Amino acid sequence: METSLTPLMLSLKVAALSTSFVFVLGMLGARWMTQKEFWGKNVLESFFLLPLVLPPTVVGFGLLLLFGKNGFLGQLLAQWFDIQVIFTLTGAVIASIVVSFPLMYQSAVAAFSGVDRRLENAARTMGASEWRVFWTVAFPLAWPGLLAGLVLSFARGLGEFGATLMLAGYIPGKTDTIPVAIYFAVEAGQMEKALFWVVIIVSLGMGTTLWLNWWTRRNVRSYANQK
Amino acid sequence: MLSVTIQKRLPDFLLDVSFSTGQEIVVLFGPSGSGKTTILNCIAGLVHPDEGEIVLNGRTFYRQGQKPLPVQKRNVGYLFQEYALFPHMTVGQNIRYGLKTGNALHLEPLLSTVGIVHLLEKYPHQLSGGQKQRVALVRALATEPDLLLLDEPLSALDADTRRQCQDELLRLHDMWRIPFLLVTHDREEAERLGDTILLLENGNLVDGDKPKSHTTTSSS
Repeated sequence: METSLTPLMLSLKVAALSTSFVFVLGMLGARWMTQKEFWGKNVLESFFLLPLVLPPTVVGFGLLLLFGKNGFLGQLLAQWFDIQVIFTLTGAVIASIVVSFPLMYQSAVAAFSGVDRRLENAARTMGASEWRVFWTVAFPLAWPGLLAGLVLSFARGLGEFGATLMLAGYIPGKTDTIPVAIYFAVEAGQMEKALFWVVIIVSLGMGTTLWLNWWTRRNVRSYANQK
Repeated sequence: MLSVTIQKRLPDFLLDVSFSTGQEIVVLFGPSGSGKTTILNCIAGLVHPDEGEIVLNGRTFYRQGQKPLPVQKRNVGYLFQEYALFPHMTVGQNIRYGLKTGNALHLEPLLSTVGIVHLLEKYPHQLSGGQKQRVALVRALATEPDLLLLDEPLSALDADTRRQCQDELLRLHDMWRIPFLLVTHDREEAERLGDTILLLENGNLVDGDKPKSHTTTSSS
């Protein structure tokens, strides 16, 4: 049996690209939401978390409407930047961003909420701008939680299937990420090929959760020692 | 000269105080939950009153109907309860955090007066309570503030250390010549440190005692 490694490369590429967007968006979104009180905050937050509870097909459907040929964003991207989303890797990245955003967002909210407000206030009374407070106090102290969110998002991006299939489809060598490749291998009766990818993705997933567990424990311990 | 007249609706009562002070140590004394820390936070600019006016040396921090002066521009030192030292920075980094660049000449005498030169490379979790208190004090003064706010600065210390730190505070106040506004619920400490004592109960000043007082007024 000959198996091309393209799905692994594509999956890593999609996950890496989407994680870099999700990390910045989730972190800034969480920082903003933990600092501001406004009308409708609860609704906005629920909207952010929606991809966690919706079936991926529903997310994919929504993205199709938005990024399709006649979709608002689809037309905009096509006209202004000549970017095609449907049936491309860009589509896979967008799908991955949307489904992994809630994980990063939740981790970042928890991480920022865990930073003692008095530390930030102390920095402000010493003349630090909001930007400086963020980079020198909030970010370094929230880093363990932010990193955990980043790794979770990466793992989620690696395993994304439903929304990806709806938005990017299955084009071998172009949009066949590992989860999609597994589905179509089984469909075609190529059980060995499917098993190969299953083993790879289980190892990656297991490695991630093992590391995450270790990292969380380590930080809890070092925090306890400081106390 | 600091003059404060503020009203602020708190969950349980209306905070309504008015006082002014020169370059002395004013102690805000009263039971927990009487609004002491809120007064400090209003002066620092971390929260805003509903009505009133806060003026320090002719600079208006807050006046009803105007945009309040941002925390960063008030140049007020604030020693927080439990110190709020940055746990991920060394003592030296903590102290230099608020320095205006190229302006550290005043640090040397400060460090040696307080006796923490040997701690500069340590992290806050490696310090004793008294050392943390000293570091926080130096950090607050390093920015060369026009006013120092102290929120229960000594409450976490044992009796001996506490007494030492009280002496140190008095010494630093002599050196620094700016108003110190100190919050405590310990009567002995209030009497030992305060040139003026303002007694706060349920958001109101009930009386200002100690005859040394010369610029203090209290209202309702």
